[in-house]
Amino acid sequence: MTKSELIERIAEQQDQLSLKDVELAVKLMLEHMSQVLAAGERIEIRGFGSFSLHYRAPRVGRNPKTGDSVELTGKYVPHFKPGKEMRDRVNESIQH
Amino acid sequence: MSALTKADLAEMLYEELGFNKREAKELVELFFEEIRTALETNEHVKLSGFGNFDLRDKTSRPGRNPKTGEEIPISARRVVTFRPGQKLKARVENYAGTNQ
Repeated sequence: MTKSELIERIAEQQDQLSLKDVELAVKLMLEHMSQVLAAGERIEIRGFGSFSLHYRAPRVGRNPKTGDSVELTGKYVPHFKPGKEMRDRVNESIQH
Repeated sequence: MSALTKADLAEMLYEELGFNKREAKELVELFFEEIRTALETNEHVKLSGFGNFDLRDKTSRPGRNPKTGEEIPISARRVVTFRPGQKLKARVENYAGTNQ
């Protein structure tokens, strides 16, 4: 499912907002969630999961083409931990 | 430190787009519910600029009760993983990590 399919499906499930409004809302939500993570804050959606940042320590990496070593600075990467309802619903689908 | 919640997202839609509170709340619920429904029906979810939610099937493996040390088999399961997109990774990478 792509972002535009998600927008269409949400629009079909409700009768108050136009497709255009749903599109604006979905894009704004994703933008806001990205901003929050970029500011180092967590996102906690009950039953869905939480997003946070994990730190990656500085290390010496290698250029795979030349084999030269490259100093890589420490950085943060986004991390998602599925919530209980998400884990259960996804795992139940394996039984069918 | 308070985390962003569904209530905060609904409040943002109310303020930024002028949705009424009920519409805003419903939209936020539907957003997360439609993603869960897709994953539950074995569909991967690709949100460009943000990231992809993928599914991985894990085979069963021997596990242990950490309290008692007793061996218990961990059954085969399907799990959700999130792969952040390039844009989100780039935005997050430079977070200085100051906690004062």
